[in-house]
Amino acid sequence: MRLELESVGVRLEGRAIVTDVSFSLADGERLALLGPSGSGKTTVLRAIAGLVRPTEGRVVLGGRDVSRTPPHRRGIGLVFQDAALFPHRDVAGNVGFGLQVAGVSGSERLARVREALALVGLADAERRDTTTLSGGEAQRVALARALATRPEVLLLDEPLGALDGPLRLRLQTDLRQLFERLSLTAVHVTHDVGEAFALGDRVAIMREGRLAQIAPPDELWRRPADDWVARFLGMRNIVVDGERATVTRPEAVRVGPGDDAVVVSAERDGAVRRLVVRCGDGNELESVSIGVDAPRVGDRVAVEVDPAGVAEVPVWGEHVSD
Amino acid sequence: MDRDRRALRRVAAAAVPVAFLAVFFAWPLAAILERSLVVDGAVDLPLDVLRAGTTREIAWFTLWQASLSTVLTLAAGLPLAWALARFRFRGRSLVEALVLVPFVLPTLVVATAFIALLPGGLERSLWAILLAHVFFNVAVVVRVVGAFWAGLDARLLDVAATLGASPRERLRYVTLPLLAPALASAASIVFLFCFTSFGVIVVLGGIRYATLETEIYNQAARLFDLRTAAALALVQLAAVALTVIVAGRLERRLGARLQRGRPPARPTGRERALVRIVATVSLAFLALPPGALVLRSLRVGDGYGLDHFRALAEETPALLVAPWQAIANSLVFAAGATAVALAIGVPAAVAVARGRGGLDALLMLPLGASAAMLGFGFLLAFDAPPLELRSSAILVPIAQALVAIPFVVRALAPALRAADPRLREAAAMLGAAPRQVHRLVDLPLLARPLAVATGLAFAVALGEFGATVFVSRADRPTVPVAIFRFLGRPGAENVGTAAALCVVLAALVAAVALLSERAVVGRSAR
Repeated sequence: MRLELESVGVRLEGRAIVTDVSFSLADGERLALLGPSGSGKTTVLRAIAGLVRPTEGRVVLGGRDVSRTPPHRRGIGLVFQDAALFPHRDVAGNVGFGLQVAGVSGSERLARVREALALVGLADAERRDTTTLSGGEAQRVALARALATRPEVLLLDEPLGALDGPLRLRLQTDLRQLFERLSLTAVHVTHDVGEAFALGDRVAIMREGRLAQIAPPDELWRRPADDWVARFLGMRNIVVDGERATVTRPEAVRVGPGDDAVVVSAERDGAVRRLVVRCGDGNELESVSIGVDAPRVGDRVAVEVDPAGVAEVPVWGEHVSD
Repeated sequence: MDRDRRALRRVAAAAVPVAFLAVFFAWPLAAILERSLVVDGAVDLPLDVLRAGTTREIAWFTLWQASLSTVLTLAAGLPLAWALARFRFRGRSLVEALVLVPFVLPTLVVATAFIALLPGGLERSLWAILLAHVFFNVAVVVRVVGAFWAGLDARLLDVAATLGASPRERLRYVTLPLLAPALASAASIVFLFCFTSFGVIVVLGGIRYATLETEIYNQAARLFDLRTAAALALVQLAAVALTVIVAGRLERRLGARLQRGRPPARPTGRERALVRIVATVSLAFLALPPGALVLRSLRVGDGYGLDHFRALAEETPALLVAPWQAIANSLVFAAGATAVALAIGVPAAVAVARGRGGLDALLMLPLGASAAMLGFGFLLAFDAPPLELRSSAILVPIAQALVAIPFVVRALAPALRAADPRLREAAAMLGAAPRQVHRLVDLPLLARPLAVATGLAFAVALGEFGATVFVSRADRPTVPVAIFRFLGRPGAENVGTAAALCVVLAALVAAVALLSERAVVGRSAR
């Protein structure tokens, strides 16, 4: 279902938490809301869910203004970080909660609970106590609970935040496949750039309660809106000159045999190697490349920059954001 | 060697309280058992007493007045617990402070306050009893349930809302099931207090209403039928033990929950009106009885004056001594009781904190065993050699200390348990000898809970009535006993004097509470 936010603002006790946030999601589109803590991304999510009422603007769901609709009548699913399962109910009691309050009868409820659990790869877990679940399993149950009522829109608040390492990556892959299969409209809050890129068709970056940029991952990487966004995405080759900044993507910096720069740090980051070289003019550049024959610290190298990997962006500051 | 010494010290620390409880708690209980079960050296069950219609009537009344009081207390306390747990509102801190007042007020003060508040005819009735019980125990519900409510994971309610649960369904399917253990725990504590309630019933029940607790007093102290009193005490003991076991079970279930509350917020919409109503009604209910009491103490004839307070210095037919003498007695006894309670309670708290579950339960027994039963046990046990103490005044502070010890342990043990052992290790690594660790780390950390425990013990001893009324001698009454004597005599004059004594007693208790708080605040501010 189509989801639109029109200049949504949220003030809590006189303080502006969210200001002028607008975006529009097509049916089945997935948006990742990315930002540092305190940037207002969770509040945007709560405004969509109806858990906080916007003080300005509208939330429009399938063409209908739901800004004043209480959360239990919106038909929106929500998954929290570390699951927030009902401790007084077992797995089936959790997954079936929404169906129970909707008055779905016992046998049909059981069938749909099973269906939802199968969807998240936890068939046969119905009778388990929630305290016996691992972190990943608990998160899957929370997902099944949200999906069981067949919501129009699914909201996820840092759903992988409490998990670590390989488990996190696996659930991330599973989530992606599940979303594609169900073609659900979803909004996913995270502070992790990798997670946002992996799960969002588009990524909205929030900063101090406002949208800093909203674009597909590749577009973000190609043209960050300003130097702040570039830094937040993890880019380091940023040269600020007055109100303009030059951003060079690390993979556009190519290192070969030569004599015009010296390697000051070299490390392996999974499939890629990450080098920092100091050029003749004293500037340092980060370079990312594939391959296993990395030069060592102190080696002299030649540096070449692909002009397609360089972007001119404005410098972010108070005068720009107002 | 070192380990042996430590073990020995541990045993010694536990031995003092155990020995004290053996003499002054177990023995009196044994005396009650003996009196009720043994006649002329042979076991003879007091079946005649147990089967008597009056016994059944009294037991039945005890049960249903306690049940009804509990239900009413929950009904009065839950809205307030909800408002305090979830919301910030004007007057919130006032309500929070006021709700604790009844709980520290002596029972006789509360009973007198309701006599002053209620119109003639209602002042000594079932309604008076129920209202006084609610007034007394509403703090239990607000504290136990409120703390739990404030700690409920707010996200669970958010999830339930997005799953389609309306506010009412959220209350029914999420909040209430999650609150259940706290509700059960609060209900069982309130039930226990109301079941063993003595002062309130003796004063407000008049001659029409008797519970097991008051009937023990009636049989023992007025009719001198010790066997009947002992048999009733047996029934009481069984009922109390059952409740304590159930309450203990419920409380253990409480501990395991993960808590993750949301700070209280300003109420919005319909909630704002509800919160305002709840706060206003609660404030009125909490403030009216004490207000009426103060007014009553000042009312003289058709006007107002200090006559009743002046009368405290004069000889009166109601007592063998002038009322002010009772105030002096109370202070002396309470000081002695506090010393004893600390001497026993501190080592006991140390032992409890080190994980002696059995000792914990043993120490809490006097709390459940009801004050009148304790007093009655004293009457039976210390009336003959080897311990012929009836004529000495020492029984009063010991009885009061027994009632106060559970409070001391409860105040100290959590603080002892929470003390971070790494602090002591850090001090040791910095070169502090064990004795210095004790003086420089342990004691300063415990100063606050110790002051609270001292204040609590003193306040409890000052207000203690159920046990004291059995063992106090006519020429050395305490303030609660004096109030009881004044209320037992006809005439508005006597009620006025009782009210004046209540005001003095309440002021003393309040002063003690404030002092014990201040003593610590002043020191830590330096």
